[in-house]
Amino acid sequence: MAEGKEKGKEGDLFIPRLVTTDEYFVSGHRACMGCGEALAVRLVCKALGKNVIIVIATGCMEVVSSQLPWTSWRVPWIHTIFENVGAVVSGIESAYKARIRKGRIAPKDVKFVGFAGDGGTSDIGLQALSGAMERGHDFLYVCFDNEAYMNTGIQRSSATPYGAWTTTAPVGEKQPLGQMTWKKNMPEIAVAHRIPYVATACPSYPLDLMDKVRRGVDIEGPAYIHVLSPCPTGWRTPPNLTIEVGRLAVETGVFPLYEVIDGEYRLSLELPELKPVREYTKKQGRFRHLSDDAIERIQARVEADYARLKSKAGL
Amino acid sequence: MTRRVGLEGSFAVAEAVRMANADVIAAYPITPQTHIVERLAEMIADGELDAEFICVESEHSAMSACVGASAAGARVFTCSAGQGLELMHEVLYIPSSMRLPVVAVAANRALSAPLSIWCDHSDAMSIRDIGWIQMFAENNQQAFDLTVCAFRVAESVLFPAMVHIDGFFLSHVIEDIELPDDDAVRDFIPDYEHPFVLDPDKPVSMGCFAPPFIYAETKKAQEVAFEHTKSELMSVWDDFGRTFGRHYSPVEPYKMEDARIALLTMGSYSETAMLAVDEMREEGADVGLLRLRLWRPFPFAELRDAVKNVELVVVLDRAVSFGMGGPVCSEVRAALYQMENKNKPHVIGFIGGLGGRDIPIAGFKYMVKRAQERVKDKKEEMEETELFGVRE
Repeated sequence: MAEGKEKGKEGDLFIPRLVTTDEYFVSGHRACMGCGEALAVRLVCKALGKNVIIVIATGCMEVVSSQLPWTSWRVPWIHTIFENVGAVVSGIESAYKARIRKGRIAPKDVKFVGFAGDGGTSDIGLQALSGAMERGHDFLYVCFDNEAYMNTGIQRSSATPYGAWTTTAPVGEKQPLGQMTWKKNMPEIAVAHRIPYVATACPSYPLDLMDKVRRGVDIEGPAYIHVLSPCPTGWRTPPNLTIEVGRLAVETGVFPLYEVIDGEYRLSLELPELKPVREYTKKQGRFRHLSDDAIERIQARVEADYARLKSKAGL
Repeated sequence: MTRRVGLEGSFAVAEAVRMANADVIAAYPITPQTHIVERLAEMIADGELDAEFICVESEHSAMSACVGASAAGARVFTCSAGQGLELMHEVLYIPSSMRLPVVAVAANRALSAPLSIWCDHSDAMSIRDIGWIQMFAENNQQAFDLTVCAFRVAESVLFPAMVHIDGFFLSHVIEDIELPDDDAVRDFIPDYEHPFVLDPDKPVSMGCFAPPFIYAETKKAQEVAFEHTKSELMSVWDDFGRTFGRHYSPVEPYKMEDARIALLTMGSYSETAMLAVDEMREEGADVGLLRLRLWRPFPFAELRDAVKNVELVVVLDRAVSFGMGGPVCSEVRAALYQMENKNKPHVIGFIGGLGGRDIPIAGFKYMVKRAQERVKDKKEEMEETELFGVRE
């Protein structure tokens, strides 16, 4: 999609003093202090603007923002169940297409956006999302990844990183590692669907996040953005370190920021040298049990993955 | 102009959806529902129906897409059967709780294990407590008529509606049916506007989270509103009768005027049962037939009225509620419990036709005879429900 690619390179980007002061995800919600996900949602909504319909999966952001009789949403918003965001957004997009074509409503430019957590995306909602991407609906899907089922109390998901403590991958005498599997690479799964736009982002880099949302939503067809959302409650970090921890995830190469536009990889940040993974893990209680050995295994994996990513980007 | 045509039940349903001018169809193929989706896909490909067809990757997503489309104001349709309805199960609660008028057709099918693609009513029974209007067709004409009525009633009461047609017995059998004019059907189903659609010009939050202090109130509101769907459906059926000359009601009698014994059936076996009633009448038995057209909301008052002069009701179930007998039979007993003892008929239940097993005319005659014996022997308990025609 050449047009999208142009937009990706030249598109009107956000600059700090021109970011709108309008809020669409407003205060009064019940998110934890220092919640990286609530911040990310707020920024994404700013970038989306008001001509949008948001479908959200069951999870932290749904529970904290929509307790009857209140709502934190100033844009049309629907939640149904946990694992069907891809399908619900498909239905809404199709309804608009049909109703406009049949003259039932006046033509209008509406963006269709799905929000879900890492569980709602890479575990239970993967099938519905895959179906929607394959069918090519015109929508943006944002995964807010806090690396476990935080809403239910910090249970492991397929997006939980290797070595992290969770309540269902606990650290025990026989099993001292916590999570024994490596994080599922959800952005690569999206890329494998050959959709026009895939990106990773983090609220520690707010303008980059908002630029990507703008690009993803402007491109025709499915777009997927994977947002690492630090979670003080589940990661066992002080609330005032949310931004710093997110930044370290990027600077250590644990969570690289990149875009894949029509299959072409582009790194979002120049990182001449990665910081040691230990700088990231040592800030977080969920990693405090890790042996040097385990941290070295993570370090080796991060370096190998980063090298592979760079080579995909032609670097 | 009304046309007489030979149509499969599946194609009859597709014609109803086309005439209803549905906007969005989301469906996943499953035997014996496939001919409905195939025909609809063909209609769209040929330009006979202007709709978005979302060829989803599962029934779970089919219903989810219907929910989304309906919340965005579209007229939506899906269809499924058996395992598909079970996979849909979780999502089926959403349109009834969020008051979205999704219309669905189920080509009734047995449930695994063991695998069976053939008809019974196990799938229909598994969704009876969800808040969908559920109607049962007994022939292809009804498959068409009830689908048309489903759109009209669903959009008027803002609840989802499901029409049950028996898999293969109706879905794959060609019958002579009467198709009305497209315009007549379009006049019968007016354009509708849902009062709350997802629209950036009027933002709403749908599907919020309810703590204990308010959840029960939402359920009360839903139940009160759902009870009202029966009278609305009956007025839709009245209007349908006036317009198209075919009349429906929640409990439809056949040769019941002076009957002392009533057979009670749902779905396609009603027609076999009618033939059995004819034969028994000729042989001098005072037997009639009650066809339960409306399964949810359950027509308690209508059923009591229909059996007030009857001594024995013989109920055929096409599903097993394990540990309980037949679900239709248990509902009938519950409905009749309120009757005064002197008027209350005996109720004997049979389970038959599971997984596509045939019940011949003689089968219904056997059931009536056997039921009379069981009343005489005082064997009316639910746990003595007999599975008809099963090898020991």
